[in-house]
Amino acid sequence: MITIVDYGMGNLGSIYNMFVKKIKVECEITADLDKIKSAKKLLLPGVGAFDKAMQRISEGGLRDALELKVLKEKTPILGICLGMQLLTKGSDEGKLLGLGWIDAYTHRFSFEKGERLKVPHMGWNEVSFSQESLLTDGINKLVASPDKPRFYFVHSYYVKVNNQSNSILKTSYGHEFDSAIQKDNIYGAQFHPEKSHKFGVQLFKNFAEL
Amino acid sequence: MLRTRVIPCLQLLDESLVKTVRFKKPGYIGDFVNTVRIFNELEVDELCFLSIRATQKGEQPNFEILSQIASECFMPLSYGGGIKDFETASRIFKMGFEKIVLNSVVFEKPELVTQLAEHFGSQSVIVSIDYKKDFFGRINMYSHGGTKKQKGDLLEFVKQMESLGAGELLLTSIDQEGTWQGYDLGTLKELSESIDIPVIVNGGAGDLRHFQHAIGNGASALGVGSMVVYQSKGMGVLVNFPDRNSLLNTLQ
Repeated sequence: MITIVDYGMGNLGSIYNMFVKKIKVECEITADLDKIKSAKKLLLPGVGAFDKAMQRISEGGLRDALELKVLKEKTPILGICLGMQLLTKGSDEGKLLGLGWIDAYTHRFSFEKGERLKVPHMGWNEVSFSQESLLTDGINKLVASPDKPRFYFVHSYYVKVNNQSNSILKTSYGHEFDSAIQKDNIYGAQFHPEKSHKFGVQLFKNFAEL
Repeated sequence: MLRTRVIPCLQLLDESLVKTVRFKKPGYIGDFVNTVRIFNELEVDELCFLSIRATQKGEQPNFEILSQIASECFMPLSYGGGIKDFETASRIFKMGFEKIVLNSVVFEKPELVTQLAEHFGSQSVIVSIDYKKDFFGRINMYSHGGTKKQKGDLLEFVKQMESLGAGELLLTSIDQEGTWQGYDLGTLKELSESIDIPVIVNGGAGDLRHFQHAIGNGASALGVGSMVVYQSKGMGVLVNFPDRNSLLNTLQ
């Protein structure tokens, strides 16, 4: 059972569909603290503004429930897009501190003059593997060289880890950034696995099988 | 390397997939849901669905078809046609579409762009502009599936849409649509140099050279229609998509 934390940030329909209809894993979308406290796997989605998301998480005991699960009970959690950025210490986008579970920070894309890359970074982009992880197992086998695994991204801010042992995937857009991160039971993906064809299916499958 | 997105823009009429030429003569391609399944198996970058007569007929989006598509296609999905209000857009987002396409409504209720952008983020709002040139080469904007001429200057209007919060512009040349003769590059270049949001150029793509021309003139993404539903110009229906190697070579 995958428990998708519904804190009012983003549309959860396609995440739910991918688990239930494609991977055939049970899944619930909930804001109920009791259900969150008894979760086996947590998924923290998120589209929107950093501070608004942190406010929502800090209200009504959600943050305490998540910290109990993730930090004490070591329940696996996967943050997606803004959900991954919340795992870091903070973001250029907001004034509030992040959850700070992974030693990393979220920066705004800024490019040297002349490059003129559009922000948000929107579209398919390739990933390279910083190190092996159960979350990304088998993904490199889904394509034949020279083609590389790819995921769908939509974001204006990017994560950079302070400790390279927390980076599992890297992607380049103007410069390199960490597109998937991990510390023990805590995982984050900047891209949208639920919008990334077989590559996303494999990643969600790996998470379901942890 | 981030590749330019290639987006089949699929036309929905009743429950069928059709293809028009210059917005007229909708030709039957196939059952909508089944055809979309083929695009899903071909692992295309992104799909855009446009219900081409919804506004003219005053119809609601076909939620049943959209819901079926969203539960099978795990890729970026956008939908346009008949969206007049916040509630309808919300319902489509909730199904798992992450972008909605607004066309006729932006001329009547431009504030809807801002409402949706503030609530769902700019990246989820595509403003679609259809235009054609008159006898003197002047550009006129059209709504209601190309049947209603709108007043105003295209460039000024697009800038206004950007400032209201549109995240992308779907720019369709009615003159080129369905002709296989290539995109209208002049208008594309002028607009893409004047606005910061990505431009999805649409109408006229016939082969990979047209992709290169559009990229050279500032397109962030390429809408395709005829070339992915027909074998070739004047030939029968064949749902297809350029293979990855030729795309990699073309779009680098």
